[in-house]
Amino acid sequence: MRNWLVSFLLLLIGRRRPKPLGDADRVVPPGAEEPRAELAAIVLLALSSLCAIAFVVFYALDRLPNQTQLMGGAIGMCLIFIAAALTVTAKKLVVNEEIEDDYPVDEHPDEQEAIVQVVEESGSRLTRRRLFKLSLGAAGGALGLAAITPIASLGPVFDMKPFYDTEWRRGRRLVDERGKPWRADDIEANDFYTAFPEGGEMEALGAPLVVVRLKPDQIESHKAFAADGIVAFSKICTHAGCAISLYRAPLFQPDEPKPALVCPCHYSTFDPANGGAVTFGPAGRKLPMLPLRIDRQGYLRAAGNFDGPVGPSWWGVRMKKPNPPA
Amino acid sequence: MIKTIVRKLDQRSGTAPIVRKTLRYLFPDHWSFLLGEVALYAFVILVVTGTYLAFFYQDSTTVVTYHGPYLPLRGQPMTEAYRSVLNISTTVKAGLLIRQTHHWAADIFLAAIVLHLFRIFFTGAYRKPRELTYWIGVTMLFMALLEGYLGYSLADDLLSGMGLAIGNGVALSIPFFGANLASLIWGGPFPGQHEFFARMYIVHVFLLPALIGTLLAVHLALVALKHHTQFRRTRKQTERKLVGVPTFPGQTPRSLALFFGTAGLLFLLGGLVQINPIWLWGPYHTYLSTNGAQPDWYLGWLIGGLRLMPGFDVTIGHYTLVPNPFWGGVLFPMIVMFFLYLWPVMERKATGDYAYHNLLERPRDAPWRTAIGLGFISWVFLIFVAGSSDRVDVLFNLSYQAQIHVYWVLVWVVPIVVGAIAYRVCKELQEGERVERKREHAEHAAKAEA
Amino acid sequence: MRTLAFTVLAALVLAGSAGAGNVQRGQRLFGQFCASCHAEGQTTIGAGPGREMRQQTAKAPSLRGVGAMAADFYLSTGYMPLRKLGLQPRRSRPVLSTGEISDLVAYVASLGKGPAIPRPQPERGNIAEGFHLFGDHCAGCHQIVAEGGYVTGGLPPPLEDATSLQIAEAVRIGPWVMPTFSKKAISDRQLDSIIAYVNYAKHPDDRGGWAIGHLGPIPEGLVTWFIAAALLVAFCMLLGKRLKSS
Repeated sequence: MRNWLVSFLLLLIGRRRPKPLGDADRVVPPGAEEPRAELAAIVLLALSSLCAIAFVVFYALDRLPNQTQLMGGAIGMCLIFIAAALTVTAKKLVVNEEIEDDYPVDEHPDEQEAIVQVVEESGSRLTRRRLFKLSLGAAGGALGLAAITPIASLGPVFDMKPFYDTEWRRGRRLVDERGKPWRADDIEANDFYTAFPEGGEMEALGAPLVVVRLKPDQIESHKAFAADGIVAFSKICTHAGCAISLYRAPLFQPDEPKPALVCPCHYSTFDPANGGAVTFGPAGRKLPMLPLRIDRQGYLRAAGNFDGPVGPSWWGVRMKKPNPPA
Repeated sequence: MIKTIVRKLDQRSGTAPIVRKTLRYLFPDHWSFLLGEVALYAFVILVVTGTYLAFFYQDSTTVVTYHGPYLPLRGQPMTEAYRSVLNISTTVKAGLLIRQTHHWAADIFLAAIVLHLFRIFFTGAYRKPRELTYWIGVTMLFMALLEGYLGYSLADDLLSGMGLAIGNGVALSIPFFGANLASLIWGGPFPGQHEFFARMYIVHVFLLPALIGTLLAVHLALVALKHHTQFRRTRKQTERKLVGVPTFPGQTPRSLALFFGTAGLLFLLGGLVQINPIWLWGPYHTYLSTNGAQPDWYLGWLIGGLRLMPGFDVTIGHYTLVPNPFWGGVLFPMIVMFFLYLWPVMERKATGDYAYHNLLERPRDAPWRTAIGLGFISWVFLIFVAGSSDRVDVLFNLSYQAQIHVYWVLVWVVPIVVGAIAYRVCKELQEGERVERKREHAEHAAKAEA
Repeated sequence: MRTLAFTVLAALVLAGSAGAGNVQRGQRLFGQFCASCHAEGQTTIGAGPGREMRQQTAKAPSLRGVGAMAADFYLSTGYMPLRKLGLQPRRSRPVLSTGEISDLVAYVASLGKGPAIPRPQPERGNIAEGFHLFGDHCAGCHQIVAEGGYVTGGLPPPLEDATSLQIAEAVRIGPWVMPTFSKKAISDRQLDSIIAYVNYAKHPDDRGGWAIGHLGPIPEGLVTWFIAAALLVAFCMLLGKRLKSS
């Protein structure tokens, strides 16, 4: 036991340095001793070890409040203490040499020539070099193209039909998120509702609708699409595809701007009274509108498909009308 | 003991000459040379923490019902992907710490690359013979950007899901083949096939890290082979003579300190400052969105580009040639890419300087480069800032619509003004130094005569 | 027996109305603070307490039939009296005391039958359901953690200062450009859940540490550059060494 204690004390106090080499033989020049800096570095490393232990303790404890903060603080400080010790080492405990050296040569003309020579002389058995090189190039290129081709399996590349599909067709009922059908008198003025096609895939871009009720005399165009003042639009913004989840519903119109559907991503603003026309923002295409009708039981149904494909614009978005799904 | 190790290693690998050369390889003395290292160390932390996260993440889009400990989401439907990230954040011990460290590391990785790029650009370090090194660096920048975007999109939370929808919209906006490309990547129209998340995952954890790692190795090898550039601080430093600090013992503790310091800062942030709290955002659905959604900072320049455009699609009859997101989401970054890649070539052609350069210039020594560089940066920066003008409206009550109109003007005027001012400042500083040198000469001459 | 019952009834009525405001006092306050805009048949709007003289272009709605709920909401939030006409009302310190507000509420309620002050019970609500409903109906404007946001033409406010009662009132009124959610659209029980969620969102689970505003990437980017990058650059400057001979 005493031996362990003595050894530990000796470790702390330090031993005499070994005899230095003769100065003429040194590669790295000698430098002054800095015992205070040395002690600082040792203390910092000791603190670092304590922090590492703390990290393990924090990790092991269950139901420790703010555990993430404690663990992060512990391991972070462990690393920072090591960094501090190394900084002290860099500044005070290693010799700061300033050495000159040559930059490597700019190029190696002899080797370059030798390489070119080897390559050129190797082709001495070929009679039709250009044609041979061309054939190699053609084969390589063709192989490359062939190798890339299976990437096309990742998705339909030329079949654009899915871009025109929506989940709506004539007669399909509008339902809410839980599948409960919307009645026309559920739709009140000054509010906005999200509707889905009954039995359809909710996450498809062509599925969600945003439905609002306007006063019939507020509707300025696309009047045939409305049912008793209720109008429905694709909920997917025609700019870049976010869901349009803002409805500007003025309480007192003289002071406040007109009703509008707004997208929170880049603030494209659409006018529900005008068939979803763009009134502000970067969208380049009006919001697709779904014609509605009210059936005999009072439920809202689609009276057809959207007046244009849904989602952001692409090269063919104005070329066809949307498909009813197969 | 060191003797034994060195001997055994050399006997088995023959690498003693290389190791000796490496130990005495010279590093220049300026602090700005350490910025690239910060990026490197952030990358190391990314790989380490990312590997750990990959042990817990599930790339599946199968919908499940949540029954875990986070109460506001109890009973809600979500993908397995989102649930696995929730699990990492709430249940796996140290999971949240490592996840947040990983995300902070990504943000800081890109910040360090950008700062490093600024140093390289404004000192002319990309000139012959280092163009290849520079081009590899620029490539890594854009790869890192994509890597980060894919990384935070893997969580399938409301914010990143909206970001993916927008990414899809931007892809669609490419003329002629945008929709085909988007259909290829997603497996059809958005939200795409179930495999899409598996694709993102493989690219994020394997393809891009392997590519970045390889390019990084080549980048560092090229730096070492041609040696670092240097500022001309002393008479001794010339185009042929390098003066610096050897790797060992001088540079090693400094680089190691920087590594541990970077790592320590990242873990401190990871534990103390919340980042991307996906449990607060909730899972993504195509029919949901939230106000104030933004991409991570390194993609903020693009949202500015998207928001600033006035609303029009370019059409020819029924053919939609250029959908709106193209300008801000595709053309804008392509211009930046072209500028960065082609700059060394353009500068060479314009100045007629085809010489080798090992010495760096200070920004003032190249007024045109500094002016054009700062002008270009201010152009990108203004568009970047425009992307947050809605929050500026919320904070300072400055009309969003008015801000957009003001930015339409500022974005073109300010870069020219900044460039002009920068040019003047460089010229004035140079003139000042010239006058100072003349004065010193005259004093010297006067003293000699006296 | 009948006198006893009558006395008890009278006492109850008096007790009830003693808590409620005084209509006559309310009428006087109305004349002082509100009539310059909201008087019936008002065509021009003059200067008023705390209001700039020049703005006379906007109109003010009639308060007939708006009910106690609207009056209580606009007054307790400080939305009214409006400082700048034609602009969105903003939350501010109410210029009136609680007693004066009850008086005004009683007076406005007497101007025609309108909705009474609701009685939300968020403790009966379910936070998970509230989060779900908030995401459906509210997050688009108010942001998913109720930190507020922007819509073209309005600034949906952050909700950290909104009381449970004010949230219930706002949902039913739909002030400025906010949609109006009736009981059919959001039932009272669902509203309780939404309020429970909003109250949670005031101090949500921030197990990751300093929440930096619950806004996501913008504050994260600020931390990246102004804290992390700044510290790292400073550290690089500390580590970089100057050559002896320079």
